[in-house]
Amino acid sequence: MPMRLELRLERSRKLEYLVPVVSVALALLVCGVLLLATGTNPVSAYAEMFTEAFGTSYGFAEVLVKATPLILCGLGVMLAFKMLFWNIGAEGQLHMGAWAATAVVMTGWDGSAWLMIPAMMFAAAVGGGLWALIPAYLKVKLNCNEIITTLLMNYVAILWVAHFIYGPWKDPVSFGFPMTRQFPDGAQLMRFGDSRVHLGLLFALVAAIVLYLVQEKSRWGFEIGVTGGNPAAARYAGMNAGRNMILVMLMSGGLAGLAGMAEVSGIQLKLLKDISPHAAPYGYTAIIIAWLARRNPWGVVLVSLLMGGLYVGGETVQITMKLPVNIVLIIQALILFFVLGGDILSRYRLVYRRGVSHSPPSGGTPSAPPRGDGEVLGGG
Amino acid sequence: MTKARVAVSMEGIVKRFPGVIANDRVDLELLEGEIHTLLGENGAGKSTLMNVLTGIYRADEGTLAVRGTPVQLRTPKDAIDLGIGMVHQSFKLVQTHTVTENIVLGLGRGLAPVKLSEAEEKVRELSERYGLQVDPGARIWQLSIGEQQRVEILKILFRGARILLLDEPTAVLTPQEADELFVTLKAMRAKGHAIVFISHKLDEVMAISDRITVLRGGKNVGTVRTRDTDPQDLSNLMVGREIRFERFPGEEVRGDEILEVVELSASNDRGLEALKEISFTVSAGEILGFAGVAGNGQEELAEVITGLRTPTDGSIRLKGRDMTGASPKQVIDAGVSYVPADRHGVATVGDLSLTHNSVLRRYREKKFARGPFLHLAAAVDYARRLIKEFNIMTPGEGTAVRTLSGGNLQKVILAREITTHHELLVVMSATRGLDVGATEYVRETLDEHRKKGAAIVLISEDLEELLSLSDRIAVLFHGEVMGILDAEGADIETLGLMMAGRKLAEAS
Repeated sequence: MPMRLELRLERSRKLEYLVPVVSVALALLVCGVLLLATGTNPVSAYAEMFTEAFGTSYGFAEVLVKATPLILCGLGVMLAFKMLFWNIGAEGQLHMGAWAATAVVMTGWDGSAWLMIPAMMFAAAVGGGLWALIPAYLKVKLNCNEIITTLLMNYVAILWVAHFIYGPWKDPVSFGFPMTRQFPDGAQLMRFGDSRVHLGLLFALVAAIVLYLVQEKSRWGFEIGVTGGNPAAARYAGMNAGRNMILVMLMSGGLAGLAGMAEVSGIQLKLLKDISPHAAPYGYTAIIIAWLARRNPWGVVLVSLLMGGLYVGGETVQITMKLPVNIVLIIQALILFFVLGGDILSRYRLVYRRGVSHSPPSGGTPSAPPRGDGEVLGGG
Repeated sequence: MTKARVAVSMEGIVKRFPGVIANDRVDLELLEGEIHTLLGENGAGKSTLMNVLTGIYRADEGTLAVRGTPVQLRTPKDAIDLGIGMVHQSFKLVQTHTVTENIVLGLGRGLAPVKLSEAEEKVRELSERYGLQVDPGARIWQLSIGEQQRVEILKILFRGARILLLDEPTAVLTPQEADELFVTLKAMRAKGHAIVFISHKLDEVMAISDRITVLRGGKNVGTVRTRDTDPQDLSNLMVGREIRFERFPGEEVRGDEILEVVELSASNDRGLEALKEISFTVSAGEILGFAGVAGNGQEELAEVITGLRTPTDGSIRLKGRDMTGASPKQVIDAGVSYVPADRHGVATVGDLSLTHNSVLRRYREKKFARGPFLHLAAAVDYARRLIKEFNIMTPGEGTAVRTLSGGNLQKVILAREITTHHELLVVMSATRGLDVGATEYVRETLDEHRKKGAAIVLISEDLEELLSLSDRIAVLFHGEVMGILDAEGADIETLGLMMAGRKLAEAS
């Protein structure tokens, strides 16, 4: 019997939150089948991943290390998504932030951390923000598709960084490795104890609080929510959607830029290739995080921790069970796949019958009469 | 005409939606070789009837016969197989594909490829036969709107349609393109096709159609031969001959002049002229009604006054201050409230709560602000007050407005706009789709608001509403004001003539 999708008249809150949970479970299940096919016991692999990431203090510290850039990028992507600006350029914005922060160091400045760190943060936020500003401007002025522009600009940013570390900024004593010299002490972010957890985590948590206030409490956040919910209503309410889009992308890119700064200044201590993991780059994982988190800042923090666990667990099983690190990528991809599928099911219901709907399929409220003659009540 | 065969006969078609009967025992007969106009106001049931005929909706009652054979249409595909095709108002074309590719899209069985060169030849032949000039190899984005419409017509002819339904085809065309379309329609008529032509424009209807069926309130109120009727009869049929209404007594004394519009012109979204040098004034404590058949510039007028559309010429003054070309925000700040016609699409955000929607246009006010933050407690209080005062049926102020009924949603919008300012209120189609109780409530509210000294611009297709509420009525036709007359004792025949394009001086 043919299947059809029918718009649900009321969206279910329960499904809204159930979908991410079920999606993660299904992703693990399908990936488990893949593991079985390669002769690995998925249960022990998952158990190993989980206990290593969340059961040991070293592992959990590493989870926090991975979660730091994920939270920052995820918040930025979330804010843009809230306004229905599909920013998939967090990866490029992260790279430009890292580059701008490094540029501050490359001036030869060797000062106190009290001055250098804020200067690098500022440079990174501006670098990432301006990089994001270009697609925003193109969207507002020329209605260019931001999915294409933000994506393509990622490659430009990555090559831009490559140019500097292979060229002008290359450390002369690096034995040919493409990287800058190590940052001076004043340009390094403070670390907690003897772990690799650094001050960037604090930036990320502060950013989450700020974004919560901006998005949920401020009048500007209200404008963003209205613009995302109904652009025509935003215009009707006198909101300046173009200006807001520019500001949102400045902030979105700025947050990703900060993530880049935190990586070079807190973890790598120099600018090099692969500041973002090659198998599953932070900037792309952030898209999955923003989607799973239901555009909620606390959700971003929570999902980032889980994703951080996936990175750490993936690295562990790579070593202990000789599994390819790409397993992380597979699980991530499956999660996104199921979430997107699940979202369709939470907006539509599957109908197993032939024939045509008797209710207006154009949606709206159950009691809304069909609208004017001009509208095509299509479907079927 | 006398020997013409019946192409389609619809009898006793009933289609219900929750809370409304969109088609109430409608009969419609189409002959081969005829252009049959379907006339009626927005919401009269024209689209529903056409959707029944194209298999998008299934009628709850009634029978449908095509060329004498009773049929059941289950899907749009069934209708296409019977040779019924529709050209919708919004085109369904792939911009980056060629004309021929769009035409064959969805055809072909299984994996067998469609032979594009053969198809192109057939498209060329069809376009010559019917005078639908378009290059089969051109890509859609390169074509004008008129040409794209030709592609849509070719698309259904290619599928062998003998019965063609055109939903307001001239609404998007320039006058010249409309003339070209009429040539095509006449060519199709000569070849024995049955054509349903939906339009609001009475002069076009008179010029092109053989017969005219008028729908009002979901019912067929008459099918007439074009040569036996005139625009005035038609507009009477559309709005109803016996209008019963009780006038709300207006204020004796009017206040200061609030809105002054001088020789205002504006374009529609297609860049065609929608308003032509219109002038009028509205004073405090006065309701100025705007009558007219839909699509004669009403929407553009409301948008220009509220800053959502930039005028091309002329001026707008609010309490003597020049507001020409002001932004929507500046207009709101100057004390202008606006109730748009599209309650879901423009006036509210469905996913947001009643609280958030109640401050949609007021969130900048000091009352609802705490520094950069939204003063949520104040907004909640305000929403609760609106719910109570306007008797809005809702589980609470936190409910997403998407779940409200049309009447309750309109109450939210009206409540928000009325409790805001007392300078100028622009209201469009305030009671469309509402039940009797809600309609009465909205009208009383507008009347009260006038008594408090507000100036109101009331744009409506409902003459009864305009006559019962307005102090004066202006009639719009093709973007021009045909005249402004006192509503008290206004002659309905005169209004009908003006709606059909006569100036007040000629009509009375």
